[in-house]
Amino acid sequence: MKKKWPLWEVFVRSKNGLEHRHFGSLHAADAEMALENARDVYTRRNEGVSIWVVESKHITASNPEHNGELFEPAQDKVYRHPTFYNVPDDVKHM
Amino acid sequence: MKNTDLYNYILGIADNTLILGQRLGELCGHGPSLETDIACTNISLDLFGQTRSYFQYAAKLKGGDSTEDSIAFLRTERQYVNVLLVEQPNKDFAFTIARQFLFDVFHHLFLEQLQQSKDVNLSAIANKAIKEVSYHQRFSSDWVKRLGDGTAESKERMQDAINDLWRYTDELFHTTDSDLVMIKEGIGVDVKKFKDSYYQRVNEILEEAKLEIPESKYFQKGGKKGIHTEHMGYILSDMQYMQRTYPNMTW
Amino acid sequence: MSEDQIKNLEAQFEARIARDEKIEPKDWMPEKYRQTHIRQISQHAHSEIVGMLPEGNWITRAPSLRRKVALLAKVQDEAGHGLYLYSACETLGISRDELFDQLHTGKAKYSSIFNYPTITWADMGAIGWLVDGAAIINQVPLCNTSYGPYARAMIRVCKEESFHQRQGYEIMMTLANGTPEQKEMAQDALNRWWWPSLMMLGPLDSESVHTEQSMKWKLKRKTNDELRQQFIDQTVPQADAIGLTIPDPDLKWNEEKGSYDFGEIDWDEFWQVVKGHGPCNKERMNARVSAWENGEWVRDAAIAYAEKQQEYKSKQAV
Repeated sequence: MKKKWPLWEVFVRSKNGLEHRHFGSLHAADAEMALENARDVYTRRNEGVSIWVVESKHITASNPEHNGELFEPAQDKVYRHPTFYNVPDDVKHM
Repeated sequence: MKNTDLYNYILGIADNTLILGQRLGELCGHGPSLETDIACTNISLDLFGQTRSYFQYAAKLKGGDSTEDSIAFLRTERQYVNVLLVEQPNKDFAFTIARQFLFDVFHHLFLEQLQQSKDVNLSAIANKAIKEVSYHQRFSSDWVKRLGDGTAESKERMQDAINDLWRYTDELFHTTDSDLVMIKEGIGVDVKKFKDSYYQRVNEILEEAKLEIPESKYFQKGGKKGIHTEHMGYILSDMQYMQRTYPNMTW
Repeated sequence: MSEDQIKNLEAQFEARIARDEKIEPKDWMPEKYRQTHIRQISQHAHSEIVGMLPEGNWITRAPSLRRKVALLAKVQDEAGHGLYLYSACETLGISRDELFDQLHTGKAKYSSIFNYPTITWADMGAIGWLVDGAAIINQVPLCNTSYGPYARAMIRVCKEESFHQRQGYEIMMTLANGTPEQKEMAQDALNRWWWPSLMMLGPLDSESVHTEQSMKWKLKRKTNDELRQQFIDQTVPQADAIGLTIPDPDLKWNEEKGSYDFGEIDWDEFWQVVKGHGPCNKERMNARVSAWENGEWVRDAAIAYAEKQQEYKSKQAV
């Protein structure tokens, strides 16, 4: 079968100080074109100051079927959160 | 009008962006991919934006009930002074890209100089427009390379387009009487000064694209004097249709 | 997987949706959920890009520069929206090329309203005001639909679309306040677009096959008839405000139910257009197919170039 323009994922930093966020995807023949297309498609309304593109096939994703073993063990580690610890109300700045 | 030369000079710039924007606008919805369609429309929007700034300024100079729209829509064909290059049709995507590329390289060099204009309005417009045009130039150069060094078919189409449109490049460097007055006053840009740089840049990209640089020394001219190719009348009959059919109305 | 296991998964799946949890691409989902979503999202995407054509028809003829840039930007947005939606659809394991193929071979549907011709400038106003107005009513609830990528695409679409309807209404208002000729043009456009806009909200509930399942999956939050009523109730006062008349002699405020009664829709016309025999079905499809076919050598060239560059780079690295 003939080769098609591959799919790319687009990440945009909306302003300095913020992280890049996933905005969506698009098709492009190469990285240059992916960047240009991302600029034209996802920042038409002044939404960004920096763009990352990565070909979708290079993303390794966790499998939702493993969500139990991956993420549930973290649920009961309450001692990682500040509210786990008792501190008298009148103690400030803590 | 006091500033006839300045007024004419502005039309000489803005008719190019108007007609090229119009040509690109024809493609909206018909591009080779959704992404490319969106990109070409962006360029068209940039060009119309620039056109409006120029015409609003020109309308102020002209005074009376002149507006950006009366200038854009209510002249006769002989009064439009765009170069012949920008009115050439979208024969295929290679022609669209070649026309864009041959104009963008000129446009960028031109705006670089216009930024230094003694006329603050023009230099302000140039300041804003040059960023847009840098992007246009990058976009069209990239596509010249993709098509030139892509498949055998794309190479042939791209070479055809370049060969065909080459004859309209020399006119970019012609000067009208108003141009000369404006250059003398430090308002206008002396295009002859960057003619060599223009061909040098164009040739560099063509070489990178593995395309042949046309050798023809026969060029076409006339647009700057209002003598257009046969395409122009059809462009205007579309563009002016509403204003001509329903005169003196607000839209 | 045994049948029982699948039943169990399905029950869990439905429970997640009922709890307002979102479904993401790699999550397990019933095959019917996947297929229904591919159908609805792609139909929506197709509507966006076919919808570019009737309005694109007036870009070169827009009556002022201000109107021209607004229209260009709007039609371009529709390309963008089509793109967001195709991308959302692709997360369900189907490629954009396959989706285009379904459109081009007539296998997939798109909104039938785009098979009507745009014959005057006022049609740009009527489409923005009525067609986008009806679309928004359909779309806003979808921002909260169960499939994550679709919901996210819809949030972006709705945010960008807010100017489209205003753009259309402003065109109509300007015409309605203009010369008698202009006002007549506006009224004529309203006359032609009103009924197709009502049809656009889908067949009568009694005739609609997908509604119940779609409600459960939050692909639909209100029935077609409810959406239609909402559209009429909000649009009639907008027409009044600019002095245009809705072309329905049976239209009457019903004090008791707090909404408008309206005349009967010509469903024969609706089904004729849906089945491919509207005034412009052929033209719209020809335009899409030829854009795609004429673009093939361009897309191939870009791939060939990218491969050559890769090769060149890897040679340099050695």
